[in-house]
Amino acid sequence: MNTKNKVGGTRRMVVDWSQAISMLVLFFVYMIPFVLIILNSFKYKRDIIKSPFSIVAEKGYTFDNYLVAFEKMNFLRSFSNSLFVTGLSTLIVTVLASMTAYYFVRAKDKFSTVCFSLMAASMIIPFQAIMIPLVSIYGAKLNMLNHRTSLIFFHVGFAMSMSVFIFQGFIKSSIPLSLEEAACLDGCSKPQTFFMVVFPLLKPITSTLVILNVLAFWNDYLLPSLVLGKKQIMTLPLSTYAFYGTYSADYGTIMAGLVLTVAPILVLYLVLQKQIISGVVAGAVKS
Amino acid sequence: MGTMGNKPKEKIRNLIIFALPGVSIFFAVVIVPFIYGFYLTLTDWNGVTATKNIIGLSNYAQVFKDADFWSSMGLTLKYVFFSVILVNLVAFMLAYVLTNGLKGQNFFRAGFFTPNLIGGVVLGFIWQFIFSRVLVNLGESTGWGIFSTSWLSNPSKAFWALVIVTVWQLSGYMMLIYIAGFTGLSTDVLEAASIDGATGFQRMFRIIIPLMVPSFVVCLFLTLSRAFMVYDVNLTLTGGEPYGTTKLVAMHVYEKAFTARNYGVGQAEALFLFLIVAAISGVQIYLGKKKEVEA
Repeated sequence: MNTKNKVGGTRRMVVDWSQAISMLVLFFVYMIPFVLIILNSFKYKRDIIKSPFSIVAEKGYTFDNYLVAFEKMNFLRSFSNSLFVTGLSTLIVTVLASMTAYYFVRAKDKFSTVCFSLMAASMIIPFQAIMIPLVSIYGAKLNMLNHRTSLIFFHVGFAMSMSVFIFQGFIKSSIPLSLEEAACLDGCSKPQTFFMVVFPLLKPITSTLVILNVLAFWNDYLLPSLVLGKKQIMTLPLSTYAFYGTYSADYGTIMAGLVLTVAPILVLYLVLQKQIISGVVAGAVKS
Repeated sequence: MGTMGNKPKEKIRNLIIFALPGVSIFFAVVIVPFIYGFYLTLTDWNGVTATKNIIGLSNYAQVFKDADFWSSMGLTLKYVFFSVILVNLVAFMLAYVLTNGLKGQNFFRAGFFTPNLIGGVVLGFIWQFIFSRVLVNLGESTGWGIFSTSWLSNPSKAFWALVIVTVWQLSGYMMLIYIAGFTGLSTDVLEAASIDGATGFQRMFRIIIPLMVPSFVVCLFLTLSRAFMVYDVNLTLTGGEPYGTTKLVAMHVYEKAFTARNYGVGQAEALFLFLIVAAISGVQIYLGKKKEVEA
């Protein structure tokens, strides 16, 4: 596609410029909500109401909004809850899904075929069609709600099918059986073969899946809202929601709270931009 | 045949080590509740009492009589229709321009994708501020009537607010998938077409779009299923307001079960949503396969 740009001409230049300008305008439109939130998070309430657009605030800037928000939404506590839940869920689903997929590819038995088709088919079930019985089984019957470990258990269960599906495709197409056979001749057990030989080879697809799962777990609201009712164990989206409900009239505090919530993921994005983008694309195209 | 052990005993041991943990969690969290859900629709459970009475199919009859459910379903269809079209249109155009060798295109791509990284709850709150304060302020200072009152307090404008936020959230994601499609296009075919004198219009509709069918399938499938299930943004942007006019079906199902404590009817309605999503996915996959073969 690049070849055609090298052919000059006025018409081509006009098209190029109009494209560049329209991209700039659109980019501005896409970014303005973030800019406004950050800008207003440093202002006093009166200035926010009077002129949310102006860069110069009459009463000057303040950092108080952040101090209040940080304390009132218990940022550190909900941040570490989110970190704990997201981290452990991702770790467990990665290990279990890769092992399951490995078994499915290599065993080729009836059990594998049936389970794999069930997993593939289950990917079209909307969460809403499971949440009500989920709450009635694990809440009313087993009394397992209100624990972070239960949330991890559910995250793992819901992420399993897509993760197995993606691992399965990768193992099938790019892990040669001969490598494992060589390892087995040296006297490796199956779990040893898997963890020493196969799992390291899965690295590209593992990083894709880790990115997809981390984003999904970190941002999830509906499932955690059904599982975690107690304040002390709330994840970041839950405490943001609770915080917004209580302080919705204190615009400055609210803006600061939103910035604090968004900041961790934006920082991660700045550092791992390439990996995140290619991971998301690979995940979407494969499933 | 398989290489997970020659003797049956070894094979079973490997099955238990490798597949059983993952498969049993999947069954416990997805399959068992899904099946149990059918049983729930036959009961009158209210979420509190220990006993449930089997009441046959009357919950399904209730679904048909639940006018709120049907109006939220109608609204959801309208929302899905506009969101899917606009998201894909915007995403396709962005991808087309951003694969043209524009300076700084990676920067633009990264920027357009940013909203998708952030959870729906926060996005909804951000835009609630934009619609209810920033735009109203803009309306007051410029005299533009369209912004004089908050969009979120007017039923039809609140609906469009939802669509706008959805487009803002999802178009960057779909753009990435279209970009992957564009980059995979064979330059030979496009050059041959140009040499043969194809106009830009012909190139787009006769060559690029047919070759991009796989990307369209992926994107349509993703936007459709995500739009049907949307909850977070709905909750925090409009909360179903004003007067419950922007309640999408996911929110209706949630409230039916957990607020009105009518688990059986709620689950029956959720299954209805499931049927729609499943049917759409089925049609989409079928059409995609067929088109791919033809092209």
